[in-house]
Amino acid sequence: MSELLNINDMSVKFPTRFGEYTALDSIDLAVKAGEIHGLVGESGAGKSTLGAAVIGLLPSPGYISSGKIDFSGKDLTRLDQQSYHRLRGSRISMIFQDPQTSLNPLLTVATQLVETIRQHSDINPLDARSRAIALLEEIGLYDVEQRIDDYPHQFSGGMRQRVVIALALCTDPELIIADEPTTALDVSVQKQILELIRTLCTERQLGIILITHDIGVINEITDHVTVLRSGRVIETGTTGDVLGNPSDEYTKALMAAVPRLDKRLDRFKNIVAEDLLDSEDNSWRLPSASAEFASQWLLAEHQREDSRSSDAGPVVSVEHLDVTFARGQPSWIKTRANFKALSDITLAVRPGEILGVVGESGSGKSTLAKAIVGLVSPSAGTMTFRGEHLPPRLKRHRNHVARRQIQMVFQDPYSSLNNRKSVEQIISEPIRFYGLANDEKLIRKLVASVLELVEMPQRAMLKYPHQFSGGQRQRIAVARALVARPEFLICDEPTSALDVSIQAQILNLLKDLQQIYGLSILFISHNLAVIWQMADRVVVLKQGELVETAETEQFFRAPSQPYSQMLLSETPSLELIQ
Amino acid sequence: MFANWRRIARENEFLYLFLHNRVAQFAALISLLCLSGAALAPWIAPTNPYDIASIDIMDSLVAPAWSDEGDERFLLGTDDQGRDLFSAILYGTRLSLLVGLLSIGFASVLGVSVGLMAGYLGGAFDAIVMRIADVQLSLPAILTALLIDGIARGVLPTDQHDNLMIVVLTVAIGLSLWVNFARTARASTLVERNKEYVQACEIMGMHPLRIMLTHILPNIMGPILVILTVDLAVAVLLEATLSFLGVGVPANQPSLGTLIRIGTEYMFSGEWWIVIFPSAMLITMIVAINILGDFLRDVLNPRLR
Repeated sequence: MSELLNINDMSVKFPTRFGEYTALDSIDLAVKAGEIHGLVGESGAGKSTLGAAVIGLLPSPGYISSGKIDFSGKDLTRLDQQSYHRLRGSRISMIFQDPQTSLNPLLTVATQLVETIRQHSDINPLDARSRAIALLEEIGLYDVEQRIDDYPHQFSGGMRQRVVIALALCTDPELIIADEPTTALDVSVQKQILELIRTLCTERQLGIILITHDIGVINEITDHVTVLRSGRVIETGTTGDVLGNPSDEYTKALMAAVPRLDKRLDRFKNIVAEDLLDSEDNSWRLPSASAEFASQWLLAEHQREDSRSSDAGPVVSVEHLDVTFARGQPSWIKTRANFKALSDITLAVRPGEILGVVGESGSGKSTLAKAIVGLVSPSAGTMTFRGEHLPPRLKRHRNHVARRQIQMVFQDPYSSLNNRKSVEQIISEPIRFYGLANDEKLIRKLVASVLELVEMPQRAMLKYPHQFSGGQRQRIAVARALVARPEFLICDEPTSALDVSIQAQILNLLKDLQQIYGLSILFISHNLAVIWQMADRVVVLKQGELVETAETEQFFRAPSQPYSQMLLSETPSLELIQ
Repeated sequence: MFANWRRIARENEFLYLFLHNRVAQFAALISLLCLSGAALAPWIAPTNPYDIASIDIMDSLVAPAWSDEGDERFLLGTDDQGRDLFSAILYGTRLSLLVGLLSIGFASVLGVSVGLMAGYLGGAFDAIVMRIADVQLSLPAILTALLIDGIARGVLPTDQHDNLMIVVLTVAIGLSLWVNFARTARASTLVERNKEYVQACEIMGMHPLRIMLTHILPNIMGPILVILTVDLAVAVLLEATLSFLGVGVPANQPSLGTLIRIGTEYMFSGEWWIVIFPSAMLITMIVAINILGDFLRDVLNPRLR
């Protein structure tokens, strides 16, 4: 069977003011009809650029500098805008990542579908509408006759993504480019969408290019896979071959970094070295600052604490906690309709353990963290910290001891560091604020030492956050939490914004730190595999309610609740191969 | 704050865009010329228009130096009292810019602190302050300035009028312009305050004032800087308008507005230079500052690029 799409030695360049930047370097890729071709790689690998090049939507000023894109006998690189416009949508279409933004919120689903259908074929609105209905039925929407006149916001995330797929299908294309189609969705919905894509591909004999960063997704549905790294093809072949028997070091490292559900590791075997800053960075050091110094300083506190309280009560416990958010504006006329984010949560974190909290979006994971650190006030229930009552939000005094001993690492390293402050200022702020050290020299030395402890060059303290990558920023955020000498650390999805290899590094770091300092950690994640690697015990939340609490081993062997079982079975993973 | 400015200067992005934008460079040059002309007026002006002794009524209404009836002592001619127009324009620009800068400083400090607090604290303070701002927005700025100016004139003792006029003008113009700063600061603060670095500060138990001043303020400086430039032009214009209407600076102190007012009386009697040159100066300055403001906005707001 001949190939539908054949990319031959294609390079894409972006002229910048620092010279030409090669985004894609001599790419070869072939897609057959009825096959799903996966493109996998970390951020910046050029996955999306490849997709954009094929559909002719390269962001300006990028251009294809050499090579051919052969699409059923036509060379796409030579098409003018006019003929490309006719091709795009009708023969090649695209599924975008975020169903929230890829549909026009002001138009009904029917309008958007009919408009697209009529754009590419000459039929009357009524026929177009019946075709739209048929399509929506095909992709698994219920009550299509009624729902077709709804607006996008009336559909759930998964349903909206189905509508986006219908939109992509409505002109009978031969090739679909799906750019991270399930990244914004919960696992249970992700599974359904992937199944839908698979079915459509087989039934309609479509060629699909599936772009993703998730090797689990690749393993789940693709036939062929191409591994990209910084614009180059690292490895390509059938999915079974590439993932089952990776020949390139990078592919192996990438796979080793993916948290797995079938076995628990002490550490992730690393790993793709992050191209760290230049050697000049590593030679700059403060005299006598070292990771050991930081360790000693951080541990000094703990030894004192240990001698004081050796009882084994929980570090933090939460009893019958309710958090209620008011909906809409306050009004005198009627009581506000309230939304219960958490109801009747009881849990305890023992000293030195990592308690994993799992749940889908909207399950109240982050609200739990915010209640404990005092950003949200609970409407009922009590919290204790080391056996003492922990006052909620505004009642917690600014100098309360828990302010220092409970620290938090946030999800998004791009917004958790103040961009206008140098790394030195960011890390030294807690030291100064809590009065942990007063001598300027000592503070500088501590900052440098702690940076080394989190495996960053000491010179990083002179720079600003925007000069670092996401992983490096997250290390800085961890350093900031550590210098407060906390006893209890809350990690709210600390790796969900990071690439897998970086994720593995950060998880290793957190694990090491936890073992050295005996920190107790509340580890929040939507990723079951990450929890499995990190946590000692697991708590499952569903729509604000506690579903299950169990030891990790036991939980992953045999979850007792049906909801947990469902979560576990729907997480795409690598365990099917090997 | 200083580290912040140093960083802005180091951002090669800013310099790069500036060095590739002829219009912005030209505008910067003009603004710089106006500014240095104003600042150095006592040294570069041929005569001192404040010095009554140097003015000879016999020299009144002399045409520019290059025309037939011109006098080489007066490059741009003289006004009805025999003041050298070139000197008067330099001193007038000095006064206009001084009032503009002072009032914009006043407006920005007031507006930014109010906006910052409204955005960060929310609640009743936000609601009340922003409604006041809305009410004020519904009045034209010139009306607010006239009102405050009029009240001040009525309240202040007559013999102090001339000395206090600059202060009154500053307050009047400042109070009519603070709303822009407050709204911009509030909007930017609302974005920043939900970011996780602010939450990190709150968890630590930092004082709200410290969070606002040391963490949020540096992060909202970009848009504030843009408003600062654009509104400087507006403030200079407002001062000129008030002086033109005769409620601005005292008559014996030339500002661009007073010069233009004097000029209009002679506009159709052949002495065109008295109105043309001060107006040209005012327009050039305003346009240059506005172009700079637009350039700043484009640089600091990547979405418009």
